Amino acid sequence: MLNLIFYAFAALTLGGSLAVLITRNVMYSAFFLLLSLIGVAALFVLASADLLAVAQVMIYVGGVLVLVIFGVMLTHKPKPETTTGPQAARPNYILTQHRAWLWPLLVAAGLFTAFYSLISRIHFSLFEHRAPFQTSVDTIGKQLMTEYIIPFEIAGILLLAALVGATYLSSQGDRTNNQ
Amino acid sequence: MQPTQQVSIPELIQQVPLNYYLIVSTALFVIGIIGVLTRRNAIIIFMSIELMLNAVNLLLIAFSSYRSDSAGQVFVFFIMAVAAAEVAVGLAIIVMIYRNIRSIDVGLLNKLKW
Amino acid sequence: MNASYLPSDYLPVLIQLGLALGFIITTMIVTHSIGPKRKSQKKDDPFECGIPVEGDARTPISIKYFLIAILFVLFDVEVIFLYPWAVNFKGLGVTGFIEMVLFMGLLLAGFYYIIRKGVLKWE
Repeated sequence: MLNLIFYAFAALTLGGSLAVLITRNVMYSAFFLLLSLIGVAALFVLASADLLAVAQVMIYVGGVLVLVIFGVMLTHKPKPETTTGPQAARPNYILTQHRAWLWPLLVAAGLFTAFYSLISRIHFSLFEHRAPFQTSVDTIGKQLMTEYIIPFEIAGILLLAALVGATYLSSQGDRTNNQ
Repeated sequence: MQPTQQVSIPELIQQVPLNYYLIVSTALFVIGIIGVLTRRNAIIIFMSIELMLNAVNLLLIAFSSYRSDSAGQVFVFFIMAVAAAEVAVGLAIIVMIYRNIRSIDVGLLNKLKW
Repeated sequence: MNASYLPSDYLPVLIQLGLALGFIITTMIVTHSIGPKRKSQKKDDPFECGIPVEGDARTPISIKYFLIAILFVLFDVEVIFLYPWAVNFKGLGVTGFIEMVLFMGLLLAGFYYIIRKGVLKWE
């Protein structure tokens, strides 16, 4: 039963990410990315990481994906020749092009075997003695505020830098656009 | 833990072999790599990078869950924060590139080539 | 607090998922099969009354909305960091409070920068 649920969500994740690659429509690939991210969130739940599943849905699905869709809409070039042709009946099409695919496929197959054999051969010496299960919001919060307090504050500084940088970049473009 | 016959999720999850998680996350990572190599649209390359980050998160969470150690999950938390900051700045840069050269085809950005 | 979850704890989520999916699928199938299909130019308009339609929905939008979305994502991450702190607010005591105030202060400094820069002004 659990295996079946795992297979279903793994298929959702991998299928969604493959569709991101295959579809030529940028808008569609953004929505396939949504499927893939939701599948990953479900796999997080299956691995008993509830807080991170919620964080995945809130940050990726609620934030990053919205931002990506905004990016697609902002960088869409309206082609004058397609407004009259047969493409005019399908205004949702925001097309892009593929590059050569044979070499990347070979590279990908090689990388998959290399990574997988590498990861599965890792022998963690700590893996044998299993601590009692303690992963929950409680322990994550305690670790975050005590052991990992310096990375936590550095994350705050990083967010501040991203805030200032993104604001500066975007408002710069706004001014040139208005002139 | 209840003294009843019911198994809790953390014990149940260990019925799914760890290898399955490894296969799924490796495949997701490789799909991201193919995306970066084959597509020309900068936004799709961006989405592929997100897929790769997700693969790494999945791997970390699988290990932390099988090891019953929450340090890996704290790590994933930080990765998510960094990914959000990266997306904010990266998409702002892509939009600015589009405003300047009216295209986000990475093939056109060959001024950085050596 | 019991830190382990039983599989039956996820049953309500599954039930709600099934209900939502079932409602959407049955509604779509039923409306597509029993509704009459008539097409006219008036009917294909997005709005029956109001201002006339201009262009399609995929026109490039103003960058202001994009900036608001960026700010939303960054503050979203901040809110996510608040959850694990809020769960054991009592246990962490004053130290945890000061650490969180420092974290919030960094982001509020960014917020102050945004307000001074006039990004949120909507002319």
